[in-house]
Amino acid sequence: MSGVRLNRRNLLKVSALAGGGLMLEMTLPAATAAEDSSTLVRSKELNVYVQIAPDGQITIFSSNPEMGQGIKTSLPMIIAEEMGAKWEDVQVLDAPIDGSKFGMQGAGGSTSIPRNFDTMRRMGATAREMLIGAAALLMEVERDGLEARDSLVVHQSGESRTFGQLAALAAEQPVPDPEQLSFKDPRSYTIIGTSVGGVDNLVIATGQSQFGIDVDLPDMKYASYTRCPQVGGKAISFNEAEIKGMAGITDAFILEPDERSGKASMAFLEGMAVLRGGVAIVGDDTWSVFQAKNKLKINWDESSASHDSWSQMISRARQIAGEGGGEVRLANGQVDSALTNSDNQQIESFYQFPYVAHICMEPMNCTAHFKKAVAGQPDSMDIWIGSQFPPQVKEIAESLLGIAPENVTVHALRLGGGFGRRAVHDFAAEVIAISGRVSAPVKLTWTRTDDIHNDFFRAGGFENMKAAIDPNGQLAAWDQHYIGFNYNGRKAIGSGLAGNEFSMTALDTARVTQTMMDIDTPCGAWRAPGSNTNAFVEQSFIHELALLAGRDHLEFLIELMGSRRWVDEGNVNSLNTGRAIDVIKLAAEKADWGKTMPPGKAQGLSFYFCHAAHVAEIAEVSVDADRNFEVEKVTVAVDVGPIINMSGAISQVQGSVIDGLSTMALQQITMENGVIEQNNFDQYPVMRIASTPQVDVHFIQSDYTSTGLGEPALPPLAPAVTNAIFAATGVRIRSMPLSEQGFKLV
Amino acid sequence: MSKFKLVINDEKLEVEADPNMPLLWVLRDKLKLTGTKFGCGIAQCGACTVHIDGNAIRSCVLPISAVSGDVTTIEGLADGGNLHPLQEAWIEHDVPQCGYCQAGQIMTAASLLASNPQPSDSEIDAALAGNYCRCGTYIRIRKAVHTAASYYNADRGAQS
Ligand code: FES
Ligand code: FES
Repeated sequence: MSGVRLNRRNLLKVSALAGGGLMLEMTLPAATAAEDSSTLVRSKELNVYVQIAPDGQITIFSSNPEMGQGIKTSLPMIIAEEMGAKWEDVQVLDAPIDGSKFGMQGAGGSTSIPRNFDTMRRMGATAREMLIGAAALLMEVERDGLEARDSLVVHQSGESRTFGQLAALAAEQPVPDPEQLSFKDPRSYTIIGTSVGGVDNLVIATGQSQFGIDVDLPDMKYASYTRCPQVGGKAISFNEAEIKGMAGITDAFILEPDERSGKASMAFLEGMAVLRGGVAIVGDDTWSVFQAKNKLKINWDESSASHDSWSQMISRARQIAGEGGGEVRLANGQVDSALTNSDNQQIESFYQFPYVAHICMEPMNCTAHFKKAVAGQPDSMDIWIGSQFPPQVKEIAESLLGIAPENVTVHALRLGGGFGRRAVHDFAAEVIAISGRVSAPVKLTWTRTDDIHNDFFRAGGFENMKAAIDPNGQLAAWDQHYIGFNYNGRKAIGSGLAGNEFSMTALDTARVTQTMMDIDTPCGAWRAPGSNTNAFVEQSFIHELALLAGRDHLEFLIELMGSRRWVDEGNVNSLNTGRAIDVIKLAAEKADWGKTMPPGKAQGLSFYFCHAAHVAEIAEVSVDADRNFEVEKVTVAVDVGPIINMSGAISQVQGSVIDGLSTMALQQITMENGVIEQNNFDQYPVMRIASTPQVDVHFIQSDYTSTGLGEPALPPLAPAVTNAIFAATGVRIRSMPLSEQGFKLV
Repeated sequence: MSKFKLVINDEKLEVEADPNMPLLWVLRDKLKLTGTKFGCGIAQCGACTVHIDGNAIRSCVLPISAVSGDVTTIEGLADGGNLHPLQEAWIEHDVPQCGYCQAGQIMTAASLLASNPQPSDSEIDAALAGNYCRCGTYIRIRKAVHTAASYYNADRGAQS
């Protein structure tokens, strides 16, 4: 039998598995996330599939891209918990990319958990109720005395049946009314909140995991692509005969720039993945096409290319900061009178943060196979990609080659890092065009230099901060001028303030203004967009204010939070000052804030709110006379609601701290006349294992909705470290990376 | 193009390639052993680490013509059906995030353990200095190497 029910909450289909088992398929409208720069996903709906086979094997299909954030493990944990399954009986398989079945399959903005928690819970509870219904029939008992646990339905008499034994009959049970579903008491959880290893750990540790770059097809060709070093230039001619004559090269040609592939149904991607002009080389293996790439001599048309210069941006920003003004984003209270009142102390500080690259460890790559229409069959294409939004590449195939979306099959593979980069499919546009031209399966792999030069960078920027402290040592006024960038005719992702920041929401006497400069350097989402830079400014400046007021930083920070409240009443995704105070206090307690430390060693504190998460961090650093610094320990206190997978959660926080340290200490992208100046890891280093601090992670598992943890532990790290360096040395760092300020991470 | 006789993961084979082609691309593109990863191509990141006669090397800068010993890749690290102690420890400590750097990390750690069965933190740091992890899994990598060292020594004790 097969039953379909439609109502406000869900569309559920039950069917019998061949061989006698239960298959549940559920389509649920997922919560729609607000679309701002910090939240990438607008999810329409998603499908969940769960199968229970007669042998008791439970299969859950995971439809969210896995890039290291652990979603392929944590979402199935929620289903298994509510179902009463034993985790050992669960296998997790990748769902195929199918917009009609799985809706928008995407990952970004730390939204996967909050979007899907309720969905997963309902799925699990539905399966549980049907299994219990089957058990009641088989055992001839009342449902009330039955309970599902450890992959069994157990009667109070002690009699039990396995899920496997019940699966076939469960498929014939009526589907429970979603409105009547009840959920487990979190205190009785046996899976949620425990530490579960990543479901793909074995394949990763044995080298069997399939990333996009590992795709291999019969008769596959390999490609390289070379764009103009000056971003946005196009190729006019190149040494075609020489390149085509090289060993292992089968073809080489120019691709003209093409705006059409920038078309995207997701608003934040609109205009991003335009095909850039350049030279494609096709050959027999990756090395041959890389070798040929090195031999290219290309005449470029740079008439519409970028002339961006980081050094000029800096001087311009300093000038703008001096002039003041800008678009008024917020004007609360009498800021000017407080800033000029001679009873108050005033302060002004100019902060700067650089462009940085994503440098996913797996360089961008994609494989496409264009099949020309034959015998009544239309043009079609297969695309293999590791992507944060795999279905989006169908739009590119349609816009560039006119292939109808239903004739494009997308094969989603594991991502060797995403961090926001794999939301934009410009590299897919290149190989789609190349395969369309050669009508063969082609794998395009970017060199690391391509990967750095052609990034959608985290936007650099500047903030000019002013404030006044009254005679009581309290904040009298806050005046923040953000100087950022417009790219593509609109605010660059992550540049400027989103509106939910502490300074935009929680202060009585505050002005926030914004001036945006136009640039041609592509910018995109980079792990915790906006927050990862604004946290550095906001939390360093608050430390400056505490010092000016002669107050303890911890006490001053807590006072600034004011009364315990949602700053946007009724919005559970807004800053809650009570939650903020709690994590700040917990971090302070665990790190033993204020303890006496030897000369050259000190603690630094910071707090940041983003992605509905409240995170406080305390860094302990030691600095020697030559400005070599070591971050010995970072204590992190986090409130993201209940933790699903403790192992994954700790790993995300530790990884964010390390990534944050690597970035703030070592990394910057600069450009002159539109040319990106860093070519590879020798000029754009990543922190090595020896610099790794001890990272102690503490969670406040508040009763609020669980929210994601892929991003929010990163932003507070930089100011915690620079505040600690100030405490140790008296040197205030207002510009990242620290390597440019003479501070060397050891 | 020249022919090269290689021993890879205990298997003798012959491969035709340009003598300058780095071992990395011979493994990945010619032999379809894709567990070894490309990260930078300039010996900076360690994603491409394999063993030659048990020593960890960067296969992205080693021409095939210069390969002078038996090659072991991540696919050949397990001993038949038995995982290498590092692989067990990696799973136990839930080390991987995206997973891309992990084969290189494990291969480097394996050659460390072979020569130093009880490494200290600083010896681990020194051995793994050439292996980047953008996801920041270094803390668990250290722990897993220590755990693997204890398995490794237990195994060796059992065999002797
Ligand atoms: S790819 Fe060989 S060290 Fe990076
Ligand atoms: S696990 Fe992603 S780079 Fe190491």
